[in-house]
Parts: sequence; C-alpha cells; structure tokens
Amino acid sequence: MAKVFLYPTTSLILSDLVARFGHTPLSAALQIRERIQTPGLESPPLQITPEGPKKGLRWAAVEVPSGVRGRMSLYGPMIEDAEAAIIINNADYSFGCMGCARTNELINFLIRKKNIPLLDLEYPSNDEEGVEFVAAIKRFLDGLSGEVA
Amino acid sequence: MSTYSPRYAGTVTKYIFVESPSMTPSDLAIRAYEISQGVMIKETCFGLQVTGKEDEVNRIIDSLRALDPTHIFVKDRGFPPGDPRRCRANLGGARPGYFGHEFEIGLIRRISKGLEALPSRSPEAAPHPPAPTSVKRLDASRLQEIIDSQES
Repeated sequence: MAKVFLYPTTSLILSDLVARFGHTPLSAALQIRERIQTPGLESPPLQITPEGPKKGLRWAAVEVPSGVRGRMSLYGPMIEDAEAAIIINNADYSFGCMGCARTNELINFLIRKKNIPLLDLEYPSNDEEGVEFVAAIKRFLDGLSGEVA
Repeated sequence: MSTYSPRYAGTVTKYIFVESPSMTPSDLAIRAYEISQGVMIKETCFGLQVTGKEDEVNRIIDSLRALDPTHIFVKDRGFPPGDPRRCRANLGGARPGYFGHEFEIGLIRRISKGLEALPSRSPEAAPHPPAPTSVKRLDASRLQEIIDSQES
C-alpha cells in the first residue's frame, strides 16, 4: 500500500479511486483534520496559527509570502510522505488568490522534483475518456503495488 | 486568543456521495442507520457524512459501498458536520469546498462508466487517458529579445 499524493488535493474522484484500488490517498482533509482536532489556541477557520508559516520555511524561502508558507505547512508534509502522485492538470475549480496560485505552482514543482512515480491526467470530457481515465489510474496504482511490495 | 478545545476529538469524518439511478441519499441513510453503532450520520443532498471512530466508519462505508460500488464515492473530510467555522447555516452561501464537489459530481458519471467497464477490459490493453495539453508559452529569452528590440 503506497501513499499517493493527490492534486488537486481536495479531489473526490482521486481520493475515492486511490482508496478503492487499495492505496492511501494523501488529501488536504487529513492535514485539516489534524489541526482541527488538536487543542491549543482558537484560530478560525482552519486552526492555522502563526507557527504555520514558520513550518512552511522548510519548503519555501523566507521572502516568499507568509500565505504560501502557511499553505505549505499543510501540503509540505504530505509531499514528503508521498511515494507516488496523481496530478489532474487544468482543474477548473483549483484556483484562488495569488497565495493559492503560487502554492499550486510550488506543489507541482516539488512533486515533479521528487522523482516518484507520477501520473499526469486531465479530467475526462466524455464517457470514453472516463473509461480510459479510470483504466490509467488502475494500471498506475497496480504498478505501485509491485514496486512498493 | 482564547483556548481551543476540539469537538469530536479522535474521530474521522467521511463524505459518502451517491450519484446513482437506483439509489437516493435517503435510501443510503436508512441502510447506514440500520448498521451503525455509535457513529453520527448526517444525510445531505448528495449523500451522507459519517463521523465516528475510524474502524467503525470504515466498516459502515464498506457495507454501503457494496450496495452500488460503481456509483458510491467516498472522501475524507477535515471538519465534523455542523462545525460553525464551515457550516453554511452560520456562514451564509455555499460551504467552502462545495464548488469542488459540484464540479466533480458533474462528471462523476464518466468515472462510473469507467468503473463498470474495468472488469471487461483486458489487463494488457494500454489505457489512453486524456493527456494534458501543452500550450506553448512565450520563451523568456524570446521575451528578452522583444524587450531589447523595443529599447534599441
């Protein structure tokens, strides 16, 4: 069972397929849950405290805006844990402010630099592409079982 | 800053989405209530949210998924249901994160087709998934040339 990083990190489809085919999806919800369930100081809405941008220094330089570093304190540990990654490019909903955009670029850069098995996809636009999309993910994940075991 | 004490510490919350021609969220909720022991189940317009100890939540999800495996989808959630920081009852408008679900649910029937086709597909058949389109961007050196030509 490999830990598979998902991008977009909130993707329902990727999260379901990775778990369905027997691997561990690394999605944003796991990091959010960890913060939400840790007692400390009230810092709504995501319980990201001033410690977040400090932890983010591990993945982004000090001159990078604190918004990016704070986000990287969520995603950075998952990238480090990842044994494989599935990336869906050009997801319509994966956009946001400049902090989100730059964090997304940094995530993509770090994942590609990590030299782990990587599957690059687009969302399917018809049923035929859906069949190929699922088959490609299945084959990719089956291949991981062989490598990791 | 005040002290923060988490609610439902030590639990997991999972979304169960159903997009099926033969099953509704309320059907799913009834089946979940039948087999649940000590978990919190919330029925929603798209399916359910189940909160409880991880083993129990996974047991319920495995049972529910078996009802319609190609049309039931599961995902982790960070917040418990009704959390005032996320619940739309407190915020107004759609819950943050809803738009991602709305987008993916719109094309999830294609994933269902793929899951249905998987058993009949030969394991040797190479998949040809939708590949990322590579739009050629302006090269930095070419941009520099344009700038230099304008300045000179």
